[in-house]
Amino acid sequence: MNERDDIIATQGITIHMGPQHPSTHGVLHLVLDLQGEKIVRAEPDIGYLHRGTEKIAENLLYHQFVPYTDRLDYMCAMSNNLAYVQAVEKLLGIEITERAKHIRVIAAELSRIAGHLMAIGAWALDLGAMSILLYAVREREIVLDIFEMLCGARMTLSYLRVGGVRYDFTDGCKEACEKMLEILPGRISEYERILLGNRVWVDRNRGVGVISAEEAINLGLSGPALRASGVKWDIRKDEPYLIYDRFDFDVPVGTNGDCFDRYVIRIEEIKQSMRIIRQALRDLPEGPFNVDMPELVPPPKPDVYNNMENLIHHFKYVSHGFKVPKGEVYSSIEAPKGELGVYIVSDGSEKPYRLKLRVPSFHNLQTVRHMSKGMYLADVVAIISSLDPVFGECDK
Amino acid sequence: MAQADTSLLVDKFKSSCMHGIIETRVFRGEVTHVVRRESIGDICNFLKTNPEFNMDYLVDVLGADYYGETPRFEVVYHLYSIRKKQRIRLKLRVDEGESVPSITPVYAGADWPEREVYDMFGIVFEGHPDLRRIYLAGDWEGHPLRKDYPLRGYRDKYNPYGEDKPE
Repeated sequence: MNERDDIIATQGITIHMGPQHPSTHGVLHLVLDLQGEKIVRAEPDIGYLHRGTEKIAENLLYHQFVPYTDRLDYMCAMSNNLAYVQAVEKLLGIEITERAKHIRVIAAELSRIAGHLMAIGAWALDLGAMSILLYAVREREIVLDIFEMLCGARMTLSYLRVGGVRYDFTDGCKEACEKMLEILPGRISEYERILLGNRVWVDRNRGVGVISAEEAINLGLSGPALRASGVKWDIRKDEPYLIYDRFDFDVPVGTNGDCFDRYVIRIEEIKQSMRIIRQALRDLPEGPFNVDMPELVPPPKPDVYNNMENLIHHFKYVSHGFKVPKGEVYSSIEAPKGELGVYIVSDGSEKPYRLKLRVPSFHNLQTVRHMSKGMYLADVVAIISSLDPVFGECDK
Repeated sequence: MAQADTSLLVDKFKSSCMHGIIETRVFRGEVTHVVRRESIGDICNFLKTNPEFNMDYLVDVLGADYYGETPRFEVVYHLYSIRKKQRIRLKLRVDEGESVPSITPVYAGADWPEREVYDMFGIVFEGHPDLRRIYLAGDWEGHPLRKDYPLRGYRDKYNPYGEDKPE
């Protein structure tokens, strides 16, 4: 070995990646100890987007907190709404209507599709395949159009509320969903052709960021990333909430636990979500979309303008909220990124005494340190993208 | 959601860890055991390794402040068994100035959640490999999720709308 090789091969250096960096999906700050181009230690530093959501929740009425949940994982707001309202409903001990359950399943699965499309698009962009992002955003647009039709918003939806949903699922929405189900399968296979036919993209993911099932469980990984390591755990199947037990769908599982498997799982999950939506649309029953409990559900907005009693009702709901029985519950759902749980302690008043959000991005990011050890610097970009962290959620 | 059979999680667990348990509650089908502070490590280890419980997944560690009560804080652990599909909640009570044994030797995933509890409540975890603040800056004063920390924060040069710090 000559002197020059020695210098290049063994120089140790520490670099800071982020918090302002296009491939860190927001404001992730990574402190990377490098030996040449290899990672010796990767230390994520989070908290740049911390807004104190849990503290805010302690000072709001139960129904006022729903819009804050939109701002957690803003790529799939419906799932966050669902996790929160479900926890409050569990505490109240109420059962929502059949129609509302179907609408919620459709909404949650649509948001899973939107989230996974964004994840794959951004991931491909990070690894240099820019066209996929543009295609994925184009398809995401179809889903966002359905959301707009459903509730008037595209990203921060606040569509679900305690006791049901905000607006009815109209025939127009149903048609739009059916149209989406026609268009999407062809587009998804187009992505697969582009990405799997791209040797650079495949090589940069295959065998990168490997984590074994045992380590992944020990470190608290969940969602598609954990399933890629071969652990068949999906809360929709294992502890069915809403009406997921009535639908026929598969839980895709990987074998290698590398970035490539995490990509395959996400593509497969989009297809499974489409299957669920198709069945939910088919079974969608007629009937009310809110529980018949005036203390939980405000009157329809047009009636508020024309009827004194409804105006009073609306005023009472907005200003007083509703009381929730004393106790504590933990309720979790399978969000697109993993287990999204809400723990609420109620002291019997209109505001939660303590609200804790168990957010998947936070726990998943812990594994970056483990996955990137011994990898190249460029692989860290693939690893982060494969975990799909969203910092609105991670930093709360 | 189906009401799970809680006999294993309540009775069996009680007879196995008799000395460590202070109180047991079942609410909305969820089992909560309040345990002694010093036995949390042993209990977690037992739950993780015992084949009947098989609680291999640490869902979360979190804190709660019951201001005005003694002991003041609660640390809550949510455990899950991926194979048995069952959940259990452990709790321990801790007062200001007291520390809690870290469960990172049992569940490596407790690293960040315990740092979060330290950051937000100031509860110290003994034996944690790297107990620093996780969300807030290293020189931040106070622990925001404590009930006596004002919602608007304390007044300083970055936060002119905050409340004045009590002497």
